[in-house]
Amino acid sequence: MEWRHKDLITLEGWTREELHFFLEQADYMEELMNRPIKKVPALRGKMVVNCFFENSTRTRVSFELAEKMLSADVVNWSASGSSASKGETLRDTVWTLEAMGADAVVVRHGAVGVPDYLSKKLKRASVFNAGDGTNGHPTQALLDLHSARKRLGGLDGAKMAMIGDVLHSRVARSDIQAFRKMGVTVTLSGPATLMPEDTASLGVEYVSDAHEAARGADILYFLRIQRERQDDGLIPSIDEYHRRWGATDSLVSAASPNAVVMHPGPMNRGVEISSSVADGPKSVILGQVRSGVAVRMALLYLCLGGAR
Amino acid sequence: MKEQSGKLWSEKATVMTEEDMERVLRRISVEIVERNKGLDDLILLGIQRRGVHLAARLREIFKVEEKVKVPAGELDITLYRDDISTLADQPVVHSTSLPGDINGKRVVLVDDVLFTGRTVRAALDAITDLGRPARVQLAVLVDRGHRELPVAADYVGKTVPTSRSENVEVRVKELDGEDRVVICERTGGAEHGVEA
Repeated sequence: MEWRHKDLITLEGWTREELHFFLEQADYMEELMNRPIKKVPALRGKMVVNCFFENSTRTRVSFELAEKMLSADVVNWSASGSSASKGETLRDTVWTLEAMGADAVVVRHGAVGVPDYLSKKLKRASVFNAGDGTNGHPTQALLDLHSARKRLGGLDGAKMAMIGDVLHSRVARSDIQAFRKMGVTVTLSGPATLMPEDTASLGVEYVSDAHEAARGADILYFLRIQRERQDDGLIPSIDEYHRRWGATDSLVSAASPNAVVMHPGPMNRGVEISSSVADGPKSVILGQVRSGVAVRMALLYLCLGGAR
Repeated sequence: MKEQSGKLWSEKATVMTEEDMERVLRRISVEIVERNKGLDDLILLGIQRRGVHLAARLREIFKVEEKVKVPAGELDITLYRDDISTLADQPVVHSTSLPGDINGKRVVLVDDVLFTGRTVRAALDAITDLGRPARVQLAVLVDRGHRELPVAADYVGKTVPTSRSENVEVRVKELDGEDRVVICERTGGAEHGVEA
């Protein structure tokens, strides 16, 4: 297959065939992680700039690891103490990156649309969206597809229950889009106050009762609950939330016997997930971390290749 | 690339038939046994993609003729290529899997065609990252000349003189539906060959 994407801003334009091809390439990248020397020279001489205008640990570390395993030169441009906090405009930032000769820019920003803006302004460099506001987090969706597919064997026809704060979650938005594209039926659950207004336009169903959503599901996906949501009056109390929508053994037992439990991390144990489920046999949460490095390697390799 | 041969290359002549391929692989298997005084500590490592299938054939011959199950693995050298930044499209990655520890073993690399020597260079770099074999030997079905690096094979099925504008295609049943080696001629497309 000829790879036609230079950037990853959203998975909207990716076909199912491309996703299949991509996930297979990621499988081979994951194999590199088992080697004694976890490094190949594929991206030698390429410069990747990680621009995180918003806090992130796992996504940033995961991208950095993927870049280093492919032998790219890595530059970390962090928001605090950078020119952004000194009032530099985004356009000046773009020109600076261009002048530095960046081959790729990984960007996370609190504002929706920043990665898209960068990709339109940067003529040569690839741009990868590492999360923009509440809009999207496409590499998270890719890693979730990768680890779910690995454990389940295939995704077509599978059922997924996504439970938690869908409204504020960019992960939810990207994952719903990606899993549906792979033929997965998605049912949402959680407090109605944390649901987007038009679940139907996302192509998903909403049920308030988490047990009903989980019944017979192959994938149970739990989203982070931020404790501030309680102060905002969006959830009754942490305890009640945990009882009704948290990943407990009783909720997980309603799912298919081979179901996988997923969480994008970082986890709030005792809030959206209990320790016995997080550390239990159905959890693929650590597999998600490994998949994260593998899919980011595949992304960098496929998009950064070729003569420019 | 081979996958595009339908568009860019037209078949010119058959240089090995199915019978020729079988006979040559048998001869190579005998030479491997002779050179290594047996098959102890030997590992066959096929280079993706057709080398993998040729290594499997050698393994089968050893099983029948020598009653020895020689461990066989597959090696993908894509991420070690030196021409990645010059190709229009990123080459597809295939699987690498070793049958076990290669430290201290005798590794026989198996590939279909030896041409510029760049694939072998990449394979040696990949092997270095995977362990430290006692010896690495190279077996190829066809040596077509035009080396760009100081590389030589230990076992050669057939030496085929070619011009640079030609391409040697090794076809295996598992991938191509037939066992045959053909010389193809360019009918269009880019100026220079892209075979690594």
